[in-house]
Amino acid sequence: MKGIKLKKYHAPKYDEPLIMEIGVDGRRGIMVPQVDKEIDDTVGTLEDLIPAKSQRKKAPALPEIDQYHTLMHFLRLSQMTLGMETGIDIGEGTCTMKYSPKVNEELVRSPQMAEVHPLQPEKTLQGILEIAYELRNYLKAISGMDEFCFQTGGGAHATYINACITRKYFQERGELGTRNEVITTQFTHPCNAATPSTAGFRVIILPHKNGYPDLDALKSVVSERTAAIHMTNPEDTGLYNPVVDEFTKAVHDAGGLCFYDQANANGIMSVARAREAGFDACHFNLHKTFSSPHGCEGPAAGAYGCTEALAAYLPVPVVTKLSDAYHLDFDRPKSIGKVRSFYGNLPAVLRAYAWIRSMGPKGIKTTAEISILNNQYLEHLLSQIDGISYPYAEGKPRFEQIRYSMAKLKEETGLGSHEIQNRIVDFGIQSYWLSHHPYVVPEPFTPEPCETYSKEDIEYWATAIEQACKEARETPEIIESAPHNQAIHQIKDFSQAEDADRWAITWRAYKKKTKK
Amino acid sequence: MKENDFIHPYIPNSVPEVRDEMLRAVGLKSVYDVYSEIPERLRFKGVLDIPEAIQSEYALKRHVEQVLGKNKTCREYLNFLGAGCWQHYVPAVVDEIVNRSEFLTAYCGANYSDVGKYQARFEFNSLMAELLDIDAVSNPIYDWGDAAGRAIRMASRITGRNEVLVPKLTCPDRLGEIRQLCQLEEMSNAIAVILVAHDPETGLLDLNDLNTKLSDATAAVYYETPSYLGLIEDQGEEITRMAHKKGALSIGGVDPISLGILCPPGSYGADLIVGDLQPLGVHMSAGGGQSGFIAFRDEEIFIAECPLEIYSIMDTVEEGEYAFAEVRSDRTSYGSRDKGKDWVGTASGLWTIASAVYLSLMGPKGMKEIGEVIIKNSKYTQNLISSLPGVSIKFSQPHFKEFLVDFSASGKTIAQINAALLQEKIFGGKDISGEYPELGECALFCVTEIHTKEDLNRLYLALKEIV
Repeated sequence: MKGIKLKKYHAPKYDEPLIMEIGVDGRRGIMVPQVDKEIDDTVGTLEDLIPAKSQRKKAPALPEIDQYHTLMHFLRLSQMTLGMETGIDIGEGTCTMKYSPKVNEELVRSPQMAEVHPLQPEKTLQGILEIAYELRNYLKAISGMDEFCFQTGGGAHATYINACITRKYFQERGELGTRNEVITTQFTHPCNAATPSTAGFRVIILPHKNGYPDLDALKSVVSERTAAIHMTNPEDTGLYNPVVDEFTKAVHDAGGLCFYDQANANGIMSVARAREAGFDACHFNLHKTFSSPHGCEGPAAGAYGCTEALAAYLPVPVVTKLSDAYHLDFDRPKSIGKVRSFYGNLPAVLRAYAWIRSMGPKGIKTTAEISILNNQYLEHLLSQIDGISYPYAEGKPRFEQIRYSMAKLKEETGLGSHEIQNRIVDFGIQSYWLSHHPYVVPEPFTPEPCETYSKEDIEYWATAIEQACKEARETPEIIESAPHNQAIHQIKDFSQAEDADRWAITWRAYKKKTKK
Repeated sequence: MKENDFIHPYIPNSVPEVRDEMLRAVGLKSVYDVYSEIPERLRFKGVLDIPEAIQSEYALKRHVEQVLGKNKTCREYLNFLGAGCWQHYVPAVVDEIVNRSEFLTAYCGANYSDVGKYQARFEFNSLMAELLDIDAVSNPIYDWGDAAGRAIRMASRITGRNEVLVPKLTCPDRLGEIRQLCQLEEMSNAIAVILVAHDPETGLLDLNDLNTKLSDATAAVYYETPSYLGLIEDQGEEITRMAHKKGALSIGGVDPISLGILCPPGSYGADLIVGDLQPLGVHMSAGGGQSGFIAFRDEEIFIAECPLEIYSIMDTVEEGEYAFAEVRSDRTSYGSRDKGKDWVGTASGLWTIASAVYLSLMGPKGMKEIGEVIIKNSKYTQNLISSLPGVSIKFSQPHFKEFLVDFSASGKTIAQINAALLQEKIFGGKDISGEYPELGECALFCVTEIHTKEDLNRLYLALKEIV
């Protein structure tokens, strides 16, 4: 790209040992409250208090480190992590790596959120229950669903409870014996196939036709055995399925239920909803679309919504409002029961609430529109790079993300998306993510430049890709041996992680296997 | 700026000039050229029914603080609630580290750009392995109940059997999660959950009943120590031996903060160990801090059946450097879709870093001392409360931090007692009279290192007035 200068970046490199390798006997990282003398005098010794068989004989081999050096160690590890906020995280598509506002973090850390026990009497939880109830209302508006719950601990967990609700729904109707199939599509997140399978359903995966889920294929498999369809839209490819309502109609006509995985909702909020497309249920990831931070893969939260017809089956409790007070409703005889302890991840609910309040209807619409525009702009820049393309549905616009392919680059240079991935991190940007299973797009990568990223960020990101592709042609040794500016060098041999004699999941296993 | 322009601090390209320049570059009049892919009949028309934006950050903060202010906290009130979410002290260094932007906002960065995250995770695995005395630890899942259910499903696949034996006195919510994962009996992959009775005097697992129910169909025996009701289950070794004798696996559920003083299940051959990380440096946050861990024997069959991501330490081309990579990624649903083991997804990863920092700060001495202060504070409280007329501690087996107080003979219900305690700004124990009516009017009290002698005496004096 013209006029864009890549940074002379280098990741912090500390050659930091493992925490298990540091420390000196006797050092202390923290002092804990000591037993009060009067208590100690009256209750007896540990030997009196613990049955002999349950006493720990050998102290755990934890390191003994002072506080300053414990802090230093983990600070260094944090610096050896690019995360999202220092390294333009456009590359992790389908994940909507949007900015997590700092003011929301302050609110989450306040004692009114952090120092609250979930089993406190309802009247002492009115603040957070009000927030959950209001978020329910906002998500109802955004999806068109009738009820929401926040029990699930992540997006995949929400697809699991849909499988459980589907099961309960047909069990009540006496149809569970025959309705034992769940249909999903190839470019829907893999959890939509995995969770019904876990729940005991047979899973049918629809192939795609020129990038779109194949309606004829659906019609040929839908039957009295169909319990549900799990699908998303736009799919991982970024293509919007314009006949999604014919999918839901075909499944409804066969007596099945329709679930909409809305992990990819960021670009269509306030433009299209689950309700109009005919879905019975949907979920949002509060840690993606609604700004709760991703936190090294959680704590996450799935918000599961459904129509009135399914509301009775929601896991307990559901937050309700009666004459100005908020309640946790456990008295729901048809509920599928518990799926997570207590009430889910309420700090994520709080952040989503605050984010929506900071946006209002105009802000949400702007979020969607700019995420679409950003993606068009990135596509415009990446399309100019020799070796990069994206398959299917030529001429059709993609929404908030695109699954690109480096197949041509690979063919011409022998270097593809894995190798380029190792190099772009040298320019101070987060690595990109390749593809969900199945890898039907060869040499894939899937960026999602959501509304957080500026025009300049997108240009920088595209320039990094352009530079790496140029190196693949001109100086391939740079790509082959990348990364060069990271805290560590290239992994020697990935087969180590496939071999039980050589993998080590903990330090004690490593010491045993390497005889250290 | 036009009336309809909406410039937001979280959206840099919301500036009209920037937006228009980008539109020109891509050759579009507006993004509605893209939205035209959505047929009219599927469009949402109108304005979302949500409140107008609170534009200033200050006003937003004031607003949310005002709503949240309706919560009462365990700082203002003296708290004796536990039952799966426990009030422990969170060291300042733990908060400093988990609130680091790099950890808070990282996601699935690949092997090199997020190497610090992977190292911290490997250290978590290594520290937990020492605490549990076992060699393999996976990435965590949503909470204890989900971890227990996943471990049971692993055991079922490993043994090819479809029954699990679970103590009748398991926390009902946790049992509900386990049942949700063991599936309805109509399903072909259902695992039957068979409850094992307890000894009515001690509260421990009834080994005769266990023996009767153990069979060639048993995939695993699941037990907990400390149990839901706080009892130190000291028969773990026998339970494990009995399970193994029948070809079944042994799954121990533990509260990790007890393991500085209590014997870890790994020491007597348990095959899988599960529990919650929340006690190890995670705030309660109304139940938002839960994180279920799973540890197991470092054998191929366990790795092969684990549904969660597992990372190994790796060599790089530079001698002495550590890297990390996923072990056999084709096991998981990310790697094999519906053919993977159960499913994996974003769950509770940040809390592994909290726990790693916590255990590093505590060291072996800190873990022993915290176990000691908890069990002694708890015993002191048990002694005080049971001296009240009509009040007794249920079950004779020693407790760790939680204990069941039986108020049946006082003539008062738990609801009445807790309402009176609330007047005194005390959150009394969890009322379990609805969960286990046969046990009478009982409440589960939790005492930890955060309670001073004065706090415990205050509870005693308040109860003395009430009963």
